[in-house]
Amino acid sequence: MSILGTRVVRTEDPRLLTVGGTYVDDLRLPELAGAARVAFVRSPVAHALITGIDVSAAREAPGVIAVLTAADLTDLGPPPPDDGSGGSEAAPLPLGGPWAEPLLAVDRVRYVGEAVAIVITDDRYQGEDTAELVSVDYEPLLAVVGADAALAGGMLLFPAAESNVAVTGGAPADGAAFGGCDVVVQRTIVNQRLAPVPLEGRAAAAQWADGRLTVWVSTQNAQISRFVLAGVLGLDPGAIRVVAPDVGGGFGAKVGIDRDALVVAWAAKHVGRAMSWTETRSENLVGMTHGRAQRQVVKIGGTRDGRILAYRLEIVQDAGAYPRMGGFLPFLTRLMAAGPYDIPHVEAASSVVVTNTTPIAAYRGAGRPEATAAIERAVDLFAAEIGMDPAEVRRINLVPPGKFPYSSPCGPVYDSGAYTEALDQVLAGAGYQELRAEQALRRERGDVLQLGIGLASYVEITAADAEGGETARLVVHGDGTATVYTGSSAHGQGHHTAWAMLVEAELGIEMANVTVIHGDTDLIPTGIGTYASRSLQLGGVAVHKAAVDVKEQARLIAADMLEASEADLELDTERGAWQVRGDPASSRTWAEVARHAGDDGLAAAVNYTEGQPTFPFGTHLALVEVDTETGKARLLRHVTVDDAGTVVSPVLAEGQRHGGIAQGVAQALLEEMVYDDAGNPLTSTLVDYAAITAAELPSFELLASETPAANPLGAKGIGEAGTIGAAPATQNAVIDAVSYLGVTHIDMPATPERIWAAISGARESQ
Amino acid sequence: MIPAPFTYQRAWSIDEALELVARGGEDAKFLAGGHSLLPLMKLRLAVPEILIDIGRLRELSYIRDDGNHIAVGALTSHHDLATSGLLASALPLLAHAAGQVGDPQVRHRGTIGGSLAHADPASDLPAVILALDATLVARGPSGSREIGAGVFFRGLFESALEPGELLTEICIPRPQPGGWSFQKFTKRAIDWAIVGVAVQGSSVALVNMGQTPLRASAVERALASGAGPADAAAHAAEGLTPSSDLNASSGYREHLARILVSRALEESVSRA
Amino acid sequence: MKVTVTVNGSQVAAEVADRTLLVHFLREQAGLTATNVGCDTSSCGACTVLLDGQSVKSCTVLAAQADGCAVQTVEGLASGPDEMHPVQRAFRAEHALQCGFCTPGMVMATVSLLAENASPTEEEVRSALEGNLCRCTGYHNIVRAVLAAASERRPS
Repeated sequence: MSILGTRVVRTEDPRLLTVGGTYVDDLRLPELAGAARVAFVRSPVAHALITGIDVSAAREAPGVIAVLTAADLTDLGPPPPDDGSGGSEAAPLPLGGPWAEPLLAVDRVRYVGEAVAIVITDDRYQGEDTAELVSVDYEPLLAVVGADAALAGGMLLFPAAESNVAVTGGAPADGAAFGGCDVVVQRTIVNQRLAPVPLEGRAAAAQWADGRLTVWVSTQNAQISRFVLAGVLGLDPGAIRVVAPDVGGGFGAKVGIDRDALVVAWAAKHVGRAMSWTETRSENLVGMTHGRAQRQVVKIGGTRDGRILAYRLEIVQDAGAYPRMGGFLPFLTRLMAAGPYDIPHVEAASSVVVTNTTPIAAYRGAGRPEATAAIERAVDLFAAEIGMDPAEVRRINLVPPGKFPYSSPCGPVYDSGAYTEALDQVLAGAGYQELRAEQALRRERGDVLQLGIGLASYVEITAADAEGGETARLVVHGDGTATVYTGSSAHGQGHHTAWAMLVEAELGIEMANVTVIHGDTDLIPTGIGTYASRSLQLGGVAVHKAAVDVKEQARLIAADMLEASEADLELDTERGAWQVRGDPASSRTWAEVARHAGDDGLAAAVNYTEGQPTFPFGTHLALVEVDTETGKARLLRHVTVDDAGTVVSPVLAEGQRHGGIAQGVAQALLEEMVYDDAGNPLTSTLVDYAAITAAELPSFELLASETPAANPLGAKGIGEAGTIGAAPATQNAVIDAVSYLGVTHIDMPATPERIWAAISGARESQ
Repeated sequence: MIPAPFTYQRAWSIDEALELVARGGEDAKFLAGGHSLLPLMKLRLAVPEILIDIGRLRELSYIRDDGNHIAVGALTSHHDLATSGLLASALPLLAHAAGQVGDPQVRHRGTIGGSLAHADPASDLPAVILALDATLVARGPSGSREIGAGVFFRGLFESALEPGELLTEICIPRPQPGGWSFQKFTKRAIDWAIVGVAVQGSSVALVNMGQTPLRASAVERALASGAGPADAAAHAAEGLTPSSDLNASSGYREHLARILVSRALEESVSRA
Repeated sequence: MKVTVTVNGSQVAAEVADRTLLVHFLREQAGLTATNVGCDTSSCGACTVLLDGQSVKSCTVLAAQADGCAVQTVEGLASGPDEMHPVQRAFRAEHALQCGFCTPGMVMATVSLLAENASPTEEEVRSALEGNLCRCTGYHNIVRAVLAAASERRPS
């Protein structure tokens, strides 16, 4: 009986529950004893020329070690050469050339929160006091806020670029595409700007000693961080060690190493003293990258009996002030624009603009929630136009079972799927007919509280960068315990538990005797880390393959020890022992076999690069209740199928689905990063940024479905799927609740006022 | 994140508190539960140079039945108000509203006196004590004085307390037999009210419909002239200019006021 | 000024700046880093500890206000290295934590809730935790853990 697929509690938890995790701010290492504290001086204006920085008062404050600005950044590595690929989606890393982003502002600031100087003090409290003493002269420029202002080009953020449009891509509109359609619906919709809000913000500590730089950073990718540090600081990667301690959430916003963390690392080397930095939440809400921020035009056409024939998605991506990963995200949106539907003609186009706001990067789903939200809104608009049940429209158009692997007109090949089964499973699980009946009853009665039922069917791409692979090294020691060195980098996902399960399943070494190590480049020099929902299907498979390799090495050794032929050797995984088949008395333990192998025990290292992107899928159904007098919507139920292939750990998979759903519902109902026209962020504390709490959510209803992938574990990625399905299902539910009043669309977040305004507006026009 | 530097002083008696605040002058502020003041100080929106901690004045934490009125010490926590058996039967409006303030952690520390002295029109309790026609008792260098709730709230974050005065007691007349209701409208449960309504009998007070908590006078007049709940509620926003902010436009606030007053009056009637 | 706080049963005395927040006193002077800072507006609850038995947000309490008082943090819950408190056990059993950053505060808020309401309904649990943000779990399993801990403690 394999442990895989069974409910196993996490090995990470006893420590986290009793003494707490060790996040960057908790580090009490000898290397960081007496570390100085770094505080940032940040721009309070969205767009301005810097005409002077006066640090004299700050430098004289108590406990000040140094106050540094861009003028001090003279000992960096050379900038990357401008190979002319800037402005192209082939360059997903920050665009250089005219779009180059300084580590500390030189003569211009482009968003509220941009780093202008650092203050280094003995203690944290002094840092905040001293930062106030740095005096910066700003000559304000017109702020560019919103896609329209950016496109109009009246004020350019980067005059040398001669435009606010950093990247364009995709297909121009095909005039003939919608020709054969009985019905065509077009709508402009907004996928609003969000803040990731991991409970632990950005943090880093660094020490430069004996020609070596050690950086502890709250990151999802220690190895990538080391690579970036080497380039920026002009150091050999071998002279750098990056450690990811416990990380308090990432959600994509801690991919790689944050630019402010680069400054901290540089400061440690420049000043010659260990440094430590932990941002405040107010800094986090403007200084950590934001997510989403697409304005979309959806155009959908088809026949009156529900067949979708054509779909076009046009995106204007707000990348914020500097095109970092924001320049690349619409590429992923276009890739998944077709959703789980078999639509003959699909086109997508995008342009990326810069605005005087916080830069945009990955946030749970990174470009794919935007694709699903767009087409799921479009499908509902189409359904409303032809007067057909949106569940039925989906059923008609979902890629049918016989068509896999399915070549999407947008490029990807969806590996495996059971899309209509997922839809039907959710409808049955939710009691769809009963819900529609209750909705009809309430409408007839004219109740104040109306029900809305919203659907979203989705397919998502995980391990999109599968060719980057993932590493695992497995060692079985002379005492029979094992250590896994993994390239993945969990920040809540529970890899230590899952990888230990994989070792126990393959080798019979108990989980309690398997130690998993990640996130230290001295111990694991090669690896990618955790994002894009890639870790189980790449990192887990690597662990599995390393275990298989170790098993085969052990077979030879055990055969030698038992003077039998390898073919007669079997591993009893229940007892974790090798024996001659049919002769349990002949058994040899893992400890014995490992000792026999030599002083270093048994070891295998795998760099698994044969993976392919996989395509989890599902359907979400949201049931909301809208108070039609106040406009307030309440989520009553959320029922989902999120099929990510074979489930290795049901406990961990459910946890990922729950967390994903909550963030999707939050986007649909509550959260938005808001800027005023002058580029001032209005939601810069957790009082104003409406992060969702337990009181706004019900318990979720998760249904099981497993359609395996082709890899040895049958696994696809689950981390982001919940978010991708939940937001559009909830948005569609809200609109469905008030559609009988004439409302056809409400943008996310569907706040009470927006819903009330939509109701009032619809009533007025009737 | 960190308050600007200040000097901390601790008072062990009311007299000592008054003495310290007189000495500190305009640079000094009282610190009770700290859940109105400390958040402002942490964002450096308030920078008092002297904080006088009155949290040890246990003698100001009480809920007492004084016959025709209930006396509540200014340092009584929201938690104690919400869980008081005496208030549950005598002043359920106050008990219920106190249970809606913030979250459990806030309610363990925040005090009624601190909340009222802070005079935030978006807070729950100012409107409640306005609806209850309470009298606030303040002690100063020249003795005690009584301030009616109707004149206690002067403006945005401005109360009638003079410099050097300490709020000591809230004296609430036992309500006439009748119903009550508290309607608090928020996006999230944890948020300050976008609009709130406190009803005690025929007294109706509004949360976050102006610079101070306000009596819905037009509603009260309508009720007095015999209007039913729904008709009276139509007057909820009359004469008022609520603000437009991130959370709501003034038009939406006016709409909510009418809906919530109607619901509050219906609920109050059902309890009468 | 000198502040003395009994933390998890042991006296911790230190000379600190008047403006020292209790959460920093616990993390630095008491050396207990499980309690985390997650925001600067008393919104997230990651810093929740018990102060004289009641849950408070230790970022919104001055160390000076806790002078002479008793504080319990999550490190003081377990009765031994292998004897987790029922709430800790329930959180593990129900997978009520992922990254762990909100967890100490969430656990202490739960301990306080159950001390005041031994048999909360799901709605009461969700309401009681509205001041504790979690970004990883979606709260589903946290609610299950609180309800499980409540039923474990109830005399049968």
